[in-house]
Amino acid sequence: MPEIVILSGKGGTGKTSLTAAFAHLAKNKVLCDLDVDAPDLHLILKPENLETGEFFSGNEAIINQNLCTGCGICRDMCRYGAVSVTNGVFGINPIKCEGCKVCVHFCPAGAVDFPQRHCGQWRVSETRFGAMVHAQLFPGSENSGKLVTLLKRKSKELAKAKGRELIICDGAPGIGCPVISSLSGANLAVAVTEPTPSGRHDLLRVMDLCRHFRLPMGVIVNKWDINGEETALVEDLCAARGVRILGRLPHDPAVTGAMVQGLAVTEFDPAGFGRLVKDVFNEVMDLAGVKQSV
Amino acid sequence: MIVAVASGKGGTGKTTVSASLASVWDKGVTAVDLDVEEPNLHLFLKPEISGSAPANLETPVADESLCNLCRACSHFCQYKAITVMGKILMIFPEMCHGCGGCIAGCPQKALSAGSRELGEILWGKSGKIDFLMGRLRVGEAMSPPLMRLVKSRLSEMITVHPTDAIIDCPPGVSCPAINSVMDADVIVLVTEPTPFGFYDFKLAIEAFAPLEKPMGAVINRAGVGENSVYGFCAEKGIPILAEIPYDRAVAEAYSKGLVVAEASERMKTTFLGLAEKIRGLAGGKGAFRA
Repeated sequence: MPEIVILSGKGGTGKTSLTAAFAHLAKNKVLCDLDVDAPDLHLILKPENLETGEFFSGNEAIINQNLCTGCGICRDMCRYGAVSVTNGVFGINPIKCEGCKVCVHFCPAGAVDFPQRHCGQWRVSETRFGAMVHAQLFPGSENSGKLVTLLKRKSKELAKAKGRELIICDGAPGIGCPVISSLSGANLAVAVTEPTPSGRHDLLRVMDLCRHFRLPMGVIVNKWDINGEETALVEDLCAARGVRILGRLPHDPAVTGAMVQGLAVTEFDPAGFGRLVKDVFNEVMDLAGVKQSV
Repeated sequence: MIVAVASGKGGTGKTTVSASLASVWDKGVTAVDLDVEEPNLHLFLKPEISGSAPANLETPVADESLCNLCRACSHFCQYKAITVMGKILMIFPEMCHGCGGCIAGCPQKALSAGSRELGEILWGKSGKIDFLMGRLRVGEAMSPPLMRLVKSRLSEMITVHPTDAIIDCPPGVSCPAINSVMDADVIVLVTEPTPFGFYDFKLAIEAFAPLEKPMGAVINRAGVGENSVYGFCAEKGIPILAEIPYDRAVAEAYSKGLVVAEASERMKTTFLGLAEKIRGLAGGKGAFRA
């Protein structure tokens, strides 16, 4: 079953607005928000929650003050600078702790506890566009690729159980841990870029990443008319690398207008900007090998 | 003073603000790009790079002649970076967080320190601005250890040659973002007045408030979308340090790789005002401490 991940490298290029529009246009699919750090797709899809689960990732070290002898071995061995001493009392900064267990293992007094770390929640929901799998990390938690992997597994199970033919995922910005996890097992990456030096620079890194994982990709140039010369450079870059351009979209206030109304842009402005998005959607389906068009 | 320019949502204008602030800063300043996954600050400041260094993480290497397959390391490793399959000890360096526990704990002393390349650190100058950035290797998953290395390089630089620092942070509110604002004196949150911008702004406030640092907001693309962010800031006592009006000319200047504070007198005045308010915030005037 094809799984499409919408990416960008750079943030703010329009990933979520386009994912919401594709969610509106696509039939027989499951939707998934893989940006577990700053998820926004639910603001448009307004999911009705059916099932919630707790997400635990790894453990965190906590010093038991009753047992601590103040020997300092934990501080000396911690590679993350997470152990500090205030007025002779040893403590672990949870933000810096990576849960490696070194302090737990090497503490001669057995004074370091190691409880599981509760990092967020995953959810399965229903929306006006169909089933949706999403999550929210607690702000400040570890942005674990594990949560991304869990959402992908849930989406696949759901799609299988409901007999859906397609999974559409909204991805995260960047190229690190959560993005790499979102690409694993996917069939197509769709990168949304903008004609700016940052957009092009970050797109190139996403292209390298997809090549590294041998994942087919296509590119959408959003807000192309902000800078026609940059758009040409982006399209040349794609041509040189054999990456298909799935379409150009102009800068249009309808995108923000739709967001403010909590609508997909194809609902908000079906005849104008929405029409252009439909053409792009058809290209995406074609590249993904899904027999759907609007 | 260290100023962290952060945001929840990506693409709100962190790099625009960082580059412009560095450009108008009236004291010595080091501009630092800590968005190591997608660093962009150099595209605007166009620094002359004078040096670089590979950034490596310590990962274990096994001496098979000493290993007796006791599995102390594979049982210890929290990241599944070492396993024993049949009669072979297998190490997966890309899973390793570099804690050093397996090396320290091996009863046979069969493990020693090797390394994995995380990316690189580059530094140089852009006019009078000192410049520093990290760049994650494509395919590398872990940005926090590279960010730690960039930050320790920054400490060295400003110890030798004291300047203020402006840090362009990665988007989001999880570990890489927290890592980048953790050592700052002031956090400047750049947002846009749209539903996505506002939602992620609230997440960022929630994530950063426990750090108890002075925080202020910059509203970019003011005039687009809707205005919930203003009421929220007023209610929470978060000062709005600057508003950058939505203006196609600003977007076009950015799309040409220009520093917007240098693109018009009006923008320069806006950023001079922002710089002054940030100093006020650092001095405790109107500080938001949740």
